[in-house]
Amino acid sequence: MSVVDLAVTSRRELNIQLHALAPNTNQTHWRVENPNGQHSLAVGLDAPVTVEIAGHAGYYCAGMNKQATVVVEGNAGVGVAENMISGMVHVKGDASQAAGATAHGGLLVIDGDASARCGISMKGVNIVVKGSIGPMSAFMAQSGTLIVLGDAGDALGDSIYEARLFVRGSVKSLGTDCVEKTLREEHKEELRELLNAAGLGDAINVDEFKRYGSSRKLYNFHVDNAAAY
Amino acid sequence: MDSNHIPRTLPRQSATFDPHTMAEIRRAAATGIYDIRGAGTKRVLPHFDDLLFLGASISRYPLEGYREKCATDVWLGTRFAKKPIHLKIPITIAGMSFGALSAQAKEALGRGASIAGTSTTTGDGGMTPEERGQSKTLIYQYLPSRYGMNPDDLRKADAIEVVIGQGAKPGGGGMLLGQKISDRVAQMRNLPKGIDQRSACRHPDWTGPDDLEIKIEELREITDWEKPIYVKVGATRPYYDVALAVKSGADVVVLDGMQGGTAATQEVFIEHVGLPILAAIRPAVQALQDLGMHRKVQLIVSGGIRNGADVAKALALGADAVAIGTAALVALGDNDPIHEEEYRKLGTTAGAYDDWQDGRDPAGITTQDPELAARLDPVSAGRRLANYLSVLALEAQTIARACGKSHLHNLEPEDLVALTIEAAAMARVPLAGTDWIPGQLKF
Ligand SMILES: Cc1cc2nc3c(=O)[nH]c(=O)nc-3n(C[C@H](O)[C@H](O)[C@H](O)COP(=O)(O)O)c2cc1C
Repeated sequence: MSVVDLAVTSRRELNIQLHALAPNTNQTHWRVENPNGQHSLAVGLDAPVTVEIAGHAGYYCAGMNKQATVVVEGNAGVGVAENMISGMVHVKGDASQAAGATAHGGLLVIDGDASARCGISMKGVNIVVKGSIGPMSAFMAQSGTLIVLGDAGDALGDSIYEARLFVRGSVKSLGTDCVEKTLREEHKEELRELLNAAGLGDAINVDEFKRYGSSRKLYNFHVDNAAAY
Repeated sequence: MDSNHIPRTLPRQSATFDPHTMAEIRRAAATGIYDIRGAGTKRVLPHFDDLLFLGASISRYPLEGYREKCATDVWLGTRFAKKPIHLKIPITIAGMSFGALSAQAKEALGRGASIAGTSTTTGDGGMTPEERGQSKTLIYQYLPSRYGMNPDDLRKADAIEVVIGQGAKPGGGGMLLGQKISDRVAQMRNLPKGIDQRSACRHPDWTGPDDLEIKIEELREITDWEKPIYVKVGATRPYYDVALAVKSGADVVVLDGMQGGTAATQEVFIEHVGLPILAAIRPAVQALQDLGMHRKVQLIVSGGIRNGADVAKALALGADAVAIGTAALVALGDNDPIHEEEYRKLGTTAGAYDDWQDGRDPAGITTQDPELAARLDPVSAGRRLANYLSVLALEAQTIARACGKSHLHNLEPEDLVALTIEAAAMARVPLAGTDWIPGQLKF
């Protein structure tokens, strides 16, 4: 295991070392000590390695991640796993705003709550939040799946495109063009699969979820919908 | 009086309710929706034409037109980037999206810019291999929509441009109407084919200058501090916006005036929001000077740049380089009278065609229709753009030599006068024949 102590090594040095890893590196396990909420930790990775961050991370932790597994053992600041392409990011605490923003792929798991705009403009990522999510989550969400075991705040899925949203608890309000849809067997299957991937096994009853998605009324401008824009 | 010969009042069109205004009222009444179009503002505005160069005479010494060197090169991104950009001419190609433009047009822009020794820029919708392949220096835009944004392309880029706004629509997002969403465009943007694509007006994961600073730092970390980071703003409050961009860590600020073109925006937005570029350059330069950053953080200006005189005037007012959008499209073949018959069928005429949102461009530039797009040959169109760029540089050099300057960057406000009081006030140069700069008190 490679250990980088941010009390003595700079963030720049950490990211340089992580960027230098070849796809077949045998330095596959990294531990980052004393992160102390620094921003942009483990960003732009592109190798199948695991990086454990032993504490809280600041903004944009694991931003644009590819292939790597990044585990934040504390809370994560704004935009954790923003624009992730592949791999996995696991936040053991809570996440701030815009978690998984615009992410194209991979899996983001948040054990605690996520703040406003979770999954904003998501483009293919799968997100599992074990707690609740804040307002304006999944705004303009394009594709991918957002699963919330707790509750969702105001205006969930506003102006949503083809992303799939599953919420087990209450939804304070739905945003424009977002509607409840029937939960069919294929959706339950997807839920089981993703909950498994998020380490929840079969502990959760997938029948308890409600599914939300786009009513597709805003897909092509129509004057009678003008007030909704 | 002979009652058969009473003079008649001539029919008189209202200046307020002119024919264009009335036609627009009727169109709005019939459809219930605002007008969306491409290109920039069409109204008359204070512009570079309102400025003149003084040239040299007895009190100033000119350079020999064809013999003495007048350099045109520019460095961009010297503040923080490990790999700043060096261009042969200070005229860059502005960001225009694949989606708004055909793949052929994007390729032609790359080819033309590369021959001329300058850069071209991606746009909303991501980077295409054609464009990367044909562009020696390619700037990758980082927009609120993040369509097609990925770290591989980020690393392939020569610089990153964080887009906050555009001169044609400061404060507005984007849209690409369904008719332009081909399979390829849809796939690059992770959206279904044929639906209208809205681009947000704010970035999804940061708000305000403090966050922007952290965002820029993230982009630098991802790309190992190699690439220059530009910040593009529409001209609104240039003094403060430029100062905040500098504070946020930008290497280069791109300032786009209201004449700047767009692929698709509401007419009311294009015509009524933002500042003409003439009014925006001096406050922007002032901000850089006040921070001790003029020439350290480079300023690129755009919005209605058409010829070498415009280039020279922008540089004389303190810009390091300019960017062109509309003029580059015209050089490729946009609005060419050769297509007049087809423009007529679309209810317009060559020179006025602005339905760039519509996807039926007879010149094959603002379209995703494979047959129309195939009309544009990227090689010869690229050649035309390169020729045009070299004329812009030659014209600017002609003026600079006449003013006695051995580099375009040595042009200065002192070389200029204004023809109108408005232009004098905006450009902060004297009204021609006077020493009066409106707004600057002299006792
Ligand atoms: C067809 C077209 C598409 C454009 N797309 C973008 C874009 O994707 N991103 C952007 O920042 N600006 C875009 N712009 C604005 C240009 O980057 C630039 O600011 C403007 O064209 C400069 O003014 P000019 O057209 O008068 O030269 C676009 C402009 C045009 C004409």
